Amino acid sequence: MQAKKRYLILFSAGVSLILLFYLQGPASKRTPNRGDDPHPHWPHFSDPLRAFIPWDQTETEDYNVRVSPRHKRDDNSGASKCRMDSCFDFSLCRRNGFKVYVYPQQKGEKISESYQNILSSIEGSRFYTSDPGQACLFVLNLDTLDRDQLSPQYVHNLKTKIQNLNLWNNGRNHLIFNLYSGTWPDYTEDLGFDIGQAMLAKASISTENFRPNFDISIPLFSKDHPRTGGERGYLKYNTIPPFRKYVLVFKGKRYLTGIGSDTRNALYHIHNAEDVVLLTTCKHGKDWQKHKDARCDKDNAEYDRYNYKEMLHNSTFCLVPRGRRLGSFRFLEALQAACVPVMLSNGWELPFSEIIDWHTAAVIGDERLLLQIPSTVRSIHQDRILSLRQQTQFLWEAYFSSVEKIVLTTLEIIQDRVLQHNARSTLMWNRLPGGLFTLPQYSSYLGDFPFFYAVLSVKPQQKFTAVIHAVTPLVSQSQPIFKLLVAVAKSQYCAQIIVLWNCDKPLPAKHRWPATSVPVIVIEGESKVMSSRFLPYDNIRTDAILSLDEDTVLSTTEVDFAFTVWQSFPERIVGYPARSHFWDSNKERWGYTSKWTNDYSMVLTGAAFYHRYYNYLYTQYLPGSLKSMVDQLSNCEDILMNFLVSAVTKMPPIKVTQKKQYKETMMGQTSRASRWADPDHFAQRQTCMNKFASWFGTMPLVHSQMRLDPVLFKDQVSILRKKYRDIERL
Amino acid sequence: MCASVKYGSRGPALIPRMKTKHRIYYITLFSVVLLGLIATGMFQFWPHSIESSAEWSLDRRSVHDAPLVRIPMSSPIPERGDLSCRMHTCFDVYRCGYNPKNKIKVYIYPLQRFVDEVGVPISSTGLSREYNDLLSAISDSDFYTDDVTRACLFIPSTDVLNQNSLRIRETAQALAMLPRWDKGMNHLLFNMLPGGPPDYNTALDVPRDRALLAGGGFSTWTYRQGYDVSIPVYSPLSAEVDLPERQPGPRRYFILSSQTAIHREYRVELERLKEENGEALLLLDKCSNLSQGLASVRKRCYKGQVYDYPQILQESSFCVVLRGARLGQATLSDVLQAGCVPVIMADSYILPFSEVLDWKRASVVIPEEKLPEMYTILKSIPHRQVEEMQRQARWFWEAYFSSMKAIGMTTLQIINDRIYPYAARTYEEWNNPSVVKWSSVNSPLFLPLIPPRSPGFTAVVLTYDRIESLFRVITEISKVSSLAKLLVVWNNQNKSPPEAIDGLSLDQTHMVERSECINKFASVFGTMPLKVVEHRADPVLYKDDFPEKLKSFPNIGSL
Repeated sequence: MQAKKRYLILFSAGVSLILLFYLQGPASKRTPNRGDDPHPHWPHFSDPLRAFIPWDQTETEDYNVRVSPRHKRDDNSGASKCRMDSCFDFSLCRRNGFKVYVYPQQKGEKISESYQNILSSIEGSRFYTSDPGQACLFVLNLDTLDRDQLSPQYVHNLKTKIQNLNLWNNGRNHLIFNLYSGTWPDYTEDLGFDIGQAMLAKASISTENFRPNFDISIPLFSKDHPRTGGERGYLKYNTIPPFRKYVLVFKGKRYLTGIGSDTRNALYHIHNAEDVVLLTTCKHGKDWQKHKDARCDKDNAEYDRYNYKEMLHNSTFCLVPRGRRLGSFRFLEALQAACVPVMLSNGWELPFSEIIDWHTAAVIGDERLLLQIPSTVRSIHQDRILSLRQQTQFLWEAYFSSVEKIVLTTLEIIQDRVLQHNARSTLMWNRLPGGLFTLPQYSSYLGDFPFFYAVLSVKPQQKFTAVIHAVTPLVSQSQPIFKLLVAVAKSQYCAQIIVLWNCDKPLPAKHRWPATSVPVIVIEGESKVMSSRFLPYDNIRTDAILSLDEDTVLSTTEVDFAFTVWQSFPERIVGYPARSHFWDSNKERWGYTSKWTNDYSMVLTGAAFYHRYYNYLYTQYLPGSLKSMVDQLSNCEDILMNFLVSAVTKMPPIKVTQKKQYKETMMGQTSRASRWADPDHFAQRQTCMNKFASWFGTMPLVHSQMRLDPVLFKDQVSILRKKYRDIERL
Repeated sequence: MCASVKYGSRGPALIPRMKTKHRIYYITLFSVVLLGLIATGMFQFWPHSIESSAEWSLDRRSVHDAPLVRIPMSSPIPERGDLSCRMHTCFDVYRCGYNPKNKIKVYIYPLQRFVDEVGVPISSTGLSREYNDLLSAISDSDFYTDDVTRACLFIPSTDVLNQNSLRIRETAQALAMLPRWDKGMNHLLFNMLPGGPPDYNTALDVPRDRALLAGGGFSTWTYRQGYDVSIPVYSPLSAEVDLPERQPGPRRYFILSSQTAIHREYRVELERLKEENGEALLLLDKCSNLSQGLASVRKRCYKGQVYDYPQILQESSFCVVLRGARLGQATLSDVLQAGCVPVIMADSYILPFSEVLDWKRASVVIPEEKLPEMYTILKSIPHRQVEEMQRQARWFWEAYFSSMKAIGMTTLQIINDRIYPYAARTYEEWNNPSVVKWSSVNSPLFLPLIPPRSPGFTAVVLTYDRIESLFRVITEISKVSSLAKLLVVWNNQNKSPPEAIDGLSLDQTHMVERSECINKFASVFGTMPLKVVEHRADPVLYKDDFPEKLKSFPNIGSL
C-alpha cells in the first residue's frame, strides 16, 4: 500500500514535471526573442519630440517668395508633357462656349468608315460649329485612326498634311482620334507624326504615355460599330444567384513570340475545361506553322470545340488579356454580353478612366499574378457579381454602344475640364442615367436632378408648379381653362400656376383670370412656338411640373393623386392621357395609335407630371432639327418629350387612373376646335415618331401594362373609407 | 531541479530508512512542482498584462538609444525618382502574395540615427512627433508585421516629412543603406513639405529610386498617377484645438480668407473683392500688434480687430485656400475641420487622396486666374449643395485628415486597394458619411430591366396544413402561362389543423405575431424600411367599361 502510494506520488510528480517543461517551453522560447529583437512593435519614446514643422516655417517661406504666383503657375518649363494648364487655350472656349470645329473634308482624301462615323457624330452634335472663329476644339479632316504602317488604311504624308493646316498652331486645342498605333515588332504608341500640343483620344493607351486629364483613353471599336443607337446590353433579366455555366472564359489568338505573347502563352495553366475555359489558337498569320510549339496542335483542336458566342453569354467572367496592343475588341464584347471583364493588361489606361470607376464593373487583374485569377474570381461574393454585371450593362449603354456615344463622351469629358468647378461629379458619371444625360450646367447639386434622391436619401419637394399651355383667346368665363385653373389651384400640393400665353391675341388683362389661392403667373411665349412650353423658365422653382393643355379636364382629386404617384416615380412622366406605338411591319415603320388598348408607351403632356429637369434637357440636349420640326408642325412636342424621358430612364411612363368624363373627351367626341381636330394631325404624329426614332438611333419607348389606381379603387368597401373618392364618381 | 528528480527516482530504495524525512521531502517536491505549474499557467494565460507592462517598461525608451550609423562619404546615392514608375513596373507584387484577408503586410525599419562621416546628423529635427505618431499607428494596425521576410511594403524610420530639415544627399544615402532597399522597391516615404527655396519643387527632392512617395503638395507634373499617393499637410492645430461639429447652414460670413502670408498680388485682388462685396467677405491677416511667438499662430486680425483662429473658420460658409510657396497648405485641414467649404485656388495641385475622394462634393476648385470671379462663382452654388459640402468637408476631416494615424491608414488602404483591386473599398465607402450610408437606398437590382415573359416566375406557396385551400391555390396558379415553377413550403408544426378557419386575417394571434415580427425586423434594420404608398398597380383598363374579352387580364377584380 505504502509503496503504491509512493509510486503514485512519484508518477504524478513526473507527469507534473513533464507538463511544467512542456508548458514552459514555448514561454521561455518567446522571452529571449523579445530580448534579441528590440523591435517587435514601434517603441513608445519617452522623450519629447519636436514637431515636424516649426510654427513659423511656412509663413516665413510664403513671405519670402518673390516670384509672382502668376508667373509660378505658368512656369512649367521643367515639364515635358502637356497638361490642360500648359497646352490648352481656355480663352477660346470662354467666348462662345464649348464648340467643336471639324476641318472641311478635302476631295480625294480617303477617310475610313470609322473616322467618317466619328466626324458625322461630331457634326450632328450640339457642340458642332462650322465657324472656326467660334471653335474651342478642333478636329482634323485627316484620318488618324490607323497609324499601323502595314495597314491598308494607313494614311501617308500625314506629317506634311498636318503642317499645312492653317489653324494647326502646333496642335493647340486640337483633338486627334487614334485606334491603332505602331506596328510589328514593337507596337510603339507613336503616331508617326508630331502631335505637338494636341490632345489624344486614343485606344490602347498605356499609363506611361497617358497624360492625365489631357489625353482620353477610348475603347477599341470595330468598323461595324453602329454610328448611332446601337444594340442594348444582352442582360434581359437578373438571375439570383448570379452564377452562369462557366466561371471564366476566353477564346482568342495566341502569339507565340514577341510583345504581348507571355500572358496568352501561359493561359493554359489555369484552363480546366470545366468552368474555366481558356482557349487559344496558333492558327493565324501566314507562317504560323514555322513558329508553332508543342502545344499548338492540342490547343487548336480544343479551340474548335467551343463556340465563342455561346461561351460569352454563359460565363460569369470573361478574361480580357492584352494582345499585341493593350486593348482588344473583347473588352466591349464582354461588356455588352454582361460578362464581367477580368482585365489582364498591365499598364492599360482603361477607357474613359478619367470618369468611369471601373472597379464597379470589371475585375482588374495583374498579368504577373495570372495563376491567382481563378481563386480571385471565385472569391468574389455573389452580391458583388450581381452589381458588377448590372454595371457592365449600364456603362455599355451609356457610353459605348455606338460611335456617337463614344465620341460624345470624349467631348463631354473635355467640356467638363473646361467647365472646371461646374464639371460633373463622379456620381453623375457612374450612376444611371449616366453623364451624357446629366447636364452639369443645369445644377451642380445632385438633389436638383430626378435621379439621385435615393442615393442622397432626400425627397423631391412636396409642391408642384402647373404650366398651362394657352393657345385660344379668352372669350367666355365658361372656357375649360377657367375650370382647370380653379381645380388645379385647389390642390394642396400646388405652389403656383404658370399660364404660357402662346396665343396670337394679346395678353388678357389681369382681372380676367379667376382669383385663386396660389399665384398665377402669365408668361407670354416669346416666339409662340410649341417648344416654348418645355422651356426651363426661372419661375419654376419646384421639382415637379404639372403640364396641362388649356382644354384638359381634371379634378382636384385627380391632380392630388397623380402627384402622390409622381413622388414615388420622380424620374418618369406620370399622367393621364396614354398612347401607344407599334411596329407596322407592312410599311416597315413605326405606327402611332390612340386606341384604347391594353398597354401604352406614352403619357401625353396635356395632363402629366414630370421633373423640371426634363424641361432643361428638352431645350439643351435635343438637336435643333427635331425642335424646329415640332415648332413648324405645332405638333409632336409631347411625343418628343416621351422619347426623351424614356431614352433617359429606359422605362415606360406611368398612367394613373382617371375619372370617366375625361376619358370620353379623349375618346374623340371632343368639342374642341383645337389641333386635335385636324385630319393631318394624326399622320404628322406618325411621321414625327419615325423621325425621332431615327435621330435616337433606336426606339426608346417602352410598353407598360400597368396603371396606378388608388388603393381600394373600385373595391367593394364603403366609399367613406376611400381617400380618393372622386375618381370613382361619375 | 533535475538533480532532485533523479534523486527522487532513486527514492524507493531509501524509503525504509528515512520514512518521515522522505515523506516531507516528497510533499515538498510535489508542492514545488505544483507551484511551478501554477506559476507557468499564470504566465501562460495572463500573458497580456504581464507582457504589456513589461513592454511598457521596455519600450519607454529614448530616441537617443537608437543605434548610431555613420554614412561613408562614398556611400551610393539612389537615382532620382523615375517619373514613369507605375505599380506594374516598379512595384514587386510577388512580395505581397495571395492572402485570404486581402491585406498587405507593412514592415517598419527600426530607428537608427544616421550621421555623416564627421558625426553631423542628417536631419535637424531627427524623428518628429508626427512621424513617430504615424509609425506607432501603423505599428498598431492590422497592416503591421515585424517579420521582414513576409512584408510587402517597407517604411523607413528616417523622417522625411519636412524637406527643410533634411540634408538631401545624406538622407538619400541613408535610404540606400537600408538592408532591404533594393532600388527602393516597395518602399514608402511620407513627405508633407517638399521642395525648398527658391523654386519649391512639388515633390520631395531626395533621390529615392523606385520608392513610392506619399507626398503633400504634388502637382500634376510630379505626381505619378496610380503610383504615388497625394496626402494632406497635417495641421498641428488638429490635435490642439477642439472644434465641435456645427450644423451645416448659412453662416455669418460668406467668404473668409485666413491665410497670413498671401502673396501681395493675390492680396490686392482679395481686397478688391472685399471692396465690392463688403460684409460678405472677411479678409484676415497676421496681427501686427501681437508679440511674435507661438500664441500669434492662434490669432488673426482685421483692421485691429482680433479673431481667434481656427474658431473664426466656423463663422464662414466658404474659406479660401490659396497656393503659397507650396501647393499643399495645412490651412486646408483647419478649414475642413471647421466644416467650412474650402475654395481651393492652386492650379495643377493634386488634391489629397484624390485617387479615392470625390472632392467635388466637399470643395470648390477655382483656377487662380478666376480669383476676381470667386464671389459670383460661389454665389451660384445652390444652398442645399453648400450645406452638403459643409457636412462632407467636416466628414473628410474626421475620416482622413484629423490625425497622423488617419492620414497613414488612408494611405496604406489606398495602396492596399491597388494591390487587391477586387477587394477594394468602393466609392460609397470612401465618400459617404455613415449617416448617408445608412439612410441612402442602393437597390441591389438597380438596372432598369423589364424582364421578358420567357423565363416566367416562381410561385412560392406557404401552407399551414390547409390542404384544401392549398390545392385550390395550386390549381388556379398553375393555369398561368408564365408560371415556371411552383414551390410549396410545408410548414406543418406537428399539430393537427383546427376544425374551421375563417381565413388567416381573422386569426387574432396570427396578426399579433406578424406585428411582433414587423417590430422585430424594424429594430434589426434600425429603421422602418417599408414605405407607405397610396397607389396600386392595376392593369390598364382595370374595371373599365370595356369588353372583358378584349382585356389582357380579364376578370381581374371581378369576384
